Amino acid sequence: MSTLDPTEVFRQEAAELFETLEGALLDLCQRPDDRELVDSAFRALHTIKGSGAMFGFDKVASFTHEFETAFEKVRKGEIKPTQELISVALAAKDYIRALIEAPDSTDTIIGDAILDDLKRFVAPSAPAAPKVEAAAPAAPAKAQAGWQLHLEFDSHILCNGSNPLDLLEDLAKLGPCFVVPVTDDVPMLDELEPDYCYLKWDVTLHAACDKAAIDDVFMFVCDEMKLALTPLSEVTLPAPVPMLELAEVEVAPAEPVVLPPQPEPMAAAPGPAAPVPAPQAEPKREEARREEPKRNEERGIATVRVQAERLDELMDRVGELVIAQARLSQLASASSDLSIKMIAEEIERLASSLRDTTMGARMVPIGSLFARFRRLIHDLSRDLKKPVEFVTSGEDTELDKTMIECLADPLVHLIRNAIDHGIEDTATRAAAGKTEQGRIELYAVHSGAQVLVTVRDNGGGLNTARIRAKAEEQGLIAPGAALSDHEIHQFLFHPGFSTAQTVSALSGRGVGMDVVKRTIENMRGSIDLTTKPGQGTTVTLRLPLTLAIIEGLLIRVGTGRYIIPLSAVEECVELTAADQRSRGRSFLNVRGGLVPFLRLHDILQVPGAAEEHQKTIIISTGETCVGLVADQIIGNHQTVIKSLSKLHSDVTIFSGATILGDGSAALILDVGQLVALAQTHAEKQQMNEAA
Amino acid sequence: MTASQTQHAAIHDDGAIQVVMIGLGEEKFALDAGLVREIIDPIPATKVAGAKAFVPSVINVRGNVIPLADLRIRFGMPVTEDSADTRIVVIEIDIDNEPVLVGVTADKVYEVTEISRTNVQQTPRVGMHWKPEFIRFITKWREEFVIVPNMERILN
Repeated sequence: MSTLDPTEVFRQEAAELFETLEGALLDLCQRPDDRELVDSAFRALHTIKGSGAMFGFDKVASFTHEFETAFEKVRKGEIKPTQELISVALAAKDYIRALIEAPDSTDTIIGDAILDDLKRFVAPSAPAAPKVEAAAPAAPAKAQAGWQLHLEFDSHILCNGSNPLDLLEDLAKLGPCFVVPVTDDVPMLDELEPDYCYLKWDVTLHAACDKAAIDDVFMFVCDEMKLALTPLSEVTLPAPVPMLELAEVEVAPAEPVVLPPQPEPMAAAPGPAAPVPAPQAEPKREEARREEPKRNEERGIATVRVQAERLDELMDRVGELVIAQARLSQLASASSDLSIKMIAEEIERLASSLRDTTMGARMVPIGSLFARFRRLIHDLSRDLKKPVEFVTSGEDTELDKTMIECLADPLVHLIRNAIDHGIEDTATRAAAGKTEQGRIELYAVHSGAQVLVTVRDNGGGLNTARIRAKAEEQGLIAPGAALSDHEIHQFLFHPGFSTAQTVSALSGRGVGMDVVKRTIENMRGSIDLTTKPGQGTTVTLRLPLTLAIIEGLLIRVGTGRYIIPLSAVEECVELTAADQRSRGRSFLNVRGGLVPFLRLHDILQVPGAAEEHQKTIIISTGETCVGLVADQIIGNHQTVIKSLSKLHSDVTIFSGATILGDGSAALILDVGQLVALAQTHAEKQQMNEAA
Repeated sequence: MTASQTQHAAIHDDGAIQVVMIGLGEEKFALDAGLVREIIDPIPATKVAGAKAFVPSVINVRGNVIPLADLRIRFGMPVTEDSADTRIVVIEIDIDNEPVLVGVTADKVYEVTEISRTNVQQTPRVGMHWKPEFIRFITKWREEFVIVPNMERILN
């Protein structure tokens, strides 16, 4: 950990901040009046600026600073965040990101252009005004002879390693300072926490510096303090405080541990004989107290960054633990020693909760992925001039982190397609009697052992005739071949297949859907595509829940033992003698429904005849149910999934292997593949019957 | 350590290679010692339906499920029952540039020894009932011909 490059840490941190910033900006489009959003955007900006400067990203810091200054007016509620302003702000965000990711190759001209844009929106009346001052509320700052500052730090500030006195010294570098500590909040000695900062300061700064210079001094602590700034001319200096009060102040240091350094700011500040302004702390303190609970809340959801490999490693260990525990349980159940049984049960309980926690740590809600597309849709709908409403649901559906990363690309292609090809332009929509605004839905849902991620648009739907014509033109099918619509739509996934007349920046090369298909198939998922002319297209990605450990149903076929993922199991029924004998038909009657079944005996190539009294396990993948006929159902098994090696990559009916309590390996049946197999079986059977 | 690193380390300047000598049927094979991770007693294997004939099953080796390859099938030799001498040699090879652990059934494991490259015989084009690309070279060891197989080729 210690060898971690600090710049890398900053980059990671910044990436998260950018997400927050972007989210807030996009939300602002919808709710321009939400103060919370403006504040959260501002906070993110501010942290980027602060840590950027700390890690030597000076360009980032200075650009962000100007961005921030320009945005200040929005924060103050002086101007409304309009769509155009948000677009520029998003561009500015992208520029900062570029500055961080490739500081050398990013041209500052772009940044200047963005800043000019920003300023135009923020201060339309003064377009030619100089950079910082144009938008900054403290524009007349230079005219002032100085500033009146009131500093109020968080009581925890010392614990964070910040020293208010150093800051006061920095302040003194700007010009002659007169510093007066405010001791109102210092409690009695017995209530005093030694590492809390109770002091506040009133500072009169006699320097013609601008507000930014002062802000810079407190850059790193501004989240942990209240800083009230007033130009000197606006402050009517109160009458000099009697010397008595000053004396009190100097007596104070004798008591608390925090206080001893207190006389220092006095020494550091030149001109001690100047009048001492009265404390103006009262109204501010109220505010500070109101802020307190919120900060605690933020701390509550604090996260720790952990390297993905460490989590993988942890998962492996837990997997081994679960296997060892299974063996222990097996031994214990055979033993008559009650205390051993108790310990075995205790360990079983611990292992299973440890397993759940570890797995949970790897799971990420898919919402983090969905959030990325809001920007994509915002930009696309602006560029293509197609107003689009973007609706998401199921953000809290959890998926393995690696899968979420893999999903990003395919979803980008699907969403682009939906806007570019799916949603019609406004005129066409109006002519078809649809709302002017198109609608794109993105949702995720758990279904059995799968997660379904769906992209749906309410556009024109697929033009089946055109796809067919193109396929014929490319020689993929013979002209006039009898194909179902479903089969024709499959050509969309063909590499290089595109019905677009022209290749645009967005689409038309016919690469996108090929990428989608390959990525999803690599994840052992599948794609469903349905379309209704004039009503839109729905693309559903079916993804397996590839978790490292699953609950499984252990079954026996011949001498071999196999695992079926329990989440796919619907029910278990006995295969009746009549069903078993029948060779011609392989359908079961389950409460009136027709369920095709597969004899695992045949599929797994078990030598010899099947046993009597076979059991059927009904599995399902969402809609389709299939029965699997096995010799025996052994029971529940905590299954640690071990992937099969490359040498077995050609075997599709197994999704992996696991280790049983006795140390032997058992194979995990791939439910999706078996269902597909059963369907082709059933279709063949029907065709045979029909013939 | 990856397989490729150790593989080259095992070849000394004088051309001597450290090998594990195993017996398959009537033949002796020399496996590069750098590839070998461990040698274990036979354990129950789990048959994988639909797998390639020469990797018919998987075994559990220290918590890893690894394929168990049978070179006898690959070389078209008769498969005999396990005997007291049967062992599983766990080797690590690269498949598609990824290190993969594979168990190899051996009818007998003789010893770890050195063979010299100076005795290398040209692989004869005729008189062999196995494919020449499976063989790195044939050499002489104690007046016997031994085959140094190309495990990457055999298992890919």
